[in-house]
Amino acid sequence: MAEAQTYNYRVVRQFAVMTIVWGIVGMLVGVFIAAQLAWPALNFDVPWLTFSRLRPLHTNAVIFAFGGSALFASSYYVVQRTCQVRLISDQLAAFTFWGWQAVIVLAAITLPLGITTTKEYAELEWPIDLLIAVVWVVYAVVFLGTIVKRRVKHIYVANWFFAAFIVTVAVLHVVNSAALPVSLWKSYSVYAGVQDAMVQWWYGHNAVGFFLTAGFLGMMYYFVPKQANRPIYSYRLSVVHFWALIFTYIWAGPHHLHYTALPDWAQSLGMVMSIILLAPSWGGMINGIMTLSGAWEKLRTDPVLRFLIVSVSFYGMSTFEGPMMSIKTVNALSHYTDWTIGHVHSGALGWVALISFGTMYYLIPRLFGRELYSLRLVELHFWIATIGIVLYITAMWVSGIMQGLMWRAVNLDGTLTYSFVESVQAMHPFYIIRFLGGLLFLVGAVVMAYNMWKTVAGAKTVDAVIPAPAH
Amino acid sequence: MEISVFHGIWTAALLVIFIGIVIWAWSGKRKPDFDKAARIPFDDEPGPSDGGIKRNQND
Repeated sequence: MAEAQTYNYRVVRQFAVMTIVWGIVGMLVGVFIAAQLAWPALNFDVPWLTFSRLRPLHTNAVIFAFGGSALFASSYYVVQRTCQVRLISDQLAAFTFWGWQAVIVLAAITLPLGITTTKEYAELEWPIDLLIAVVWVVYAVVFLGTIVKRRVKHIYVANWFFAAFIVTVAVLHVVNSAALPVSLWKSYSVYAGVQDAMVQWWYGHNAVGFFLTAGFLGMMYYFVPKQANRPIYSYRLSVVHFWALIFTYIWAGPHHLHYTALPDWAQSLGMVMSIILLAPSWGGMINGIMTLSGAWEKLRTDPVLRFLIVSVSFYGMSTFEGPMMSIKTVNALSHYTDWTIGHVHSGALGWVALISFGTMYYLIPRLFGRELYSLRLVELHFWIATIGIVLYITAMWVSGIMQGLMWRAVNLDGTLTYSFVESVQAMHPFYIIRFLGGLLFLVGAVVMAYNMWKTVAGAKTVDAVIPAPAH
Repeated sequence: MEISVFHGIWTAALLVIFIGIVIWAWSGKRKPDFDKAARIPFDDEPGPSDGGIKRNQND
């Protein structure tokens, strides 16, 4: 029974390694399609290399393969360590790993073939959706079941965030993916018209709110205190942060449908709730950053902690920008422009990816019983990635605002000042800058992969022992 | 009861519940338990963990 005395690190290791693999794959596709926008000839007139097919492959790979694997790894690690108990079932945990990898591989095959529901961030067709639903329910069983048999009375706040992420994503996925199949690889949504749009963006924005926010906040509430070796700044704030975020996020979806057929009152409600959302978002950001209060010097010497803290800063920045962009008059300028792409990437690269990198730098050496191979390479990764993000989002701000202004400019006689193609031409230099920013970010991830490879090469895996229930 | 009236009452109830949570979280009685909860990530680590010992939380 020696086995039962340890944590299940095997599944954490598997997901951690795949986080890095899928991160590089997903970012590589992103850099490639960014290059296609700057130099369209790069689609080589091959249908499965076109932007329209590779773009959903990029978003699915970075969100669900990279981000998803990071969430599986960290949630399985955190729930075991903070409940001081092994996962309830090694078999079910292994099923979630192989099931999730199967989903990713199926996505990587079907999306370039042009098989898609056309619902953004929910493009996968119904057979894959069914597999996702099964894997996700098993994930919920493993995670919540482990909480049920915990040996620590209190459920630590990180687990609340992970649990909310798991439960809500299950609901979102099942409701939004409801469809009538007409063949193996084609289905139609059961919703029609504006209801379909509203369900889609109820799903879409809460995928941001619960997949890309609540889950990664779970990471923040564990790994920032651990790496800083200080408890979270305010535990009571974390409780209020959790409930405020849960109560508010679910209403914000309509801001994706400003000035559409969605009833005006629903648009305004979505706008108001999005602005209110600033409060819990910043409450959480302050809680994460202020954990370092009185120990700021750690940021100078610890590049892993810097990844974590700068990611939380980007979280604060993009959760300020988001509510601002949800204001209808601002949205009239920003919507359908590159500003949206810049906003998404300040969240995706700055928040989600940086906190995942920091978490992997913390986790992987511990999972293999090694010290990090090189802190200098972590430092290098940090600077390459940060410069890449800044290039990316500033290029998209300028390009997006310029697009919005050019599209709305009218002459005295009411005709449009610019043709659409003139705005495309004006975007070209910014598309090149964006490509360079993305390329830097990818290079940083490759530096991380090398560092990790040198860290774990030849290492024996480690399964930490669960402390005796003395206290 | 009309569904819209029900939704209104339900929304108001959620608001009251949320305010209740805030009051509960900020009540002084919770502080010792919360301080203990905040140390959970450090409780299962073998060896000395000085996380927060020198910390003077004034929130």
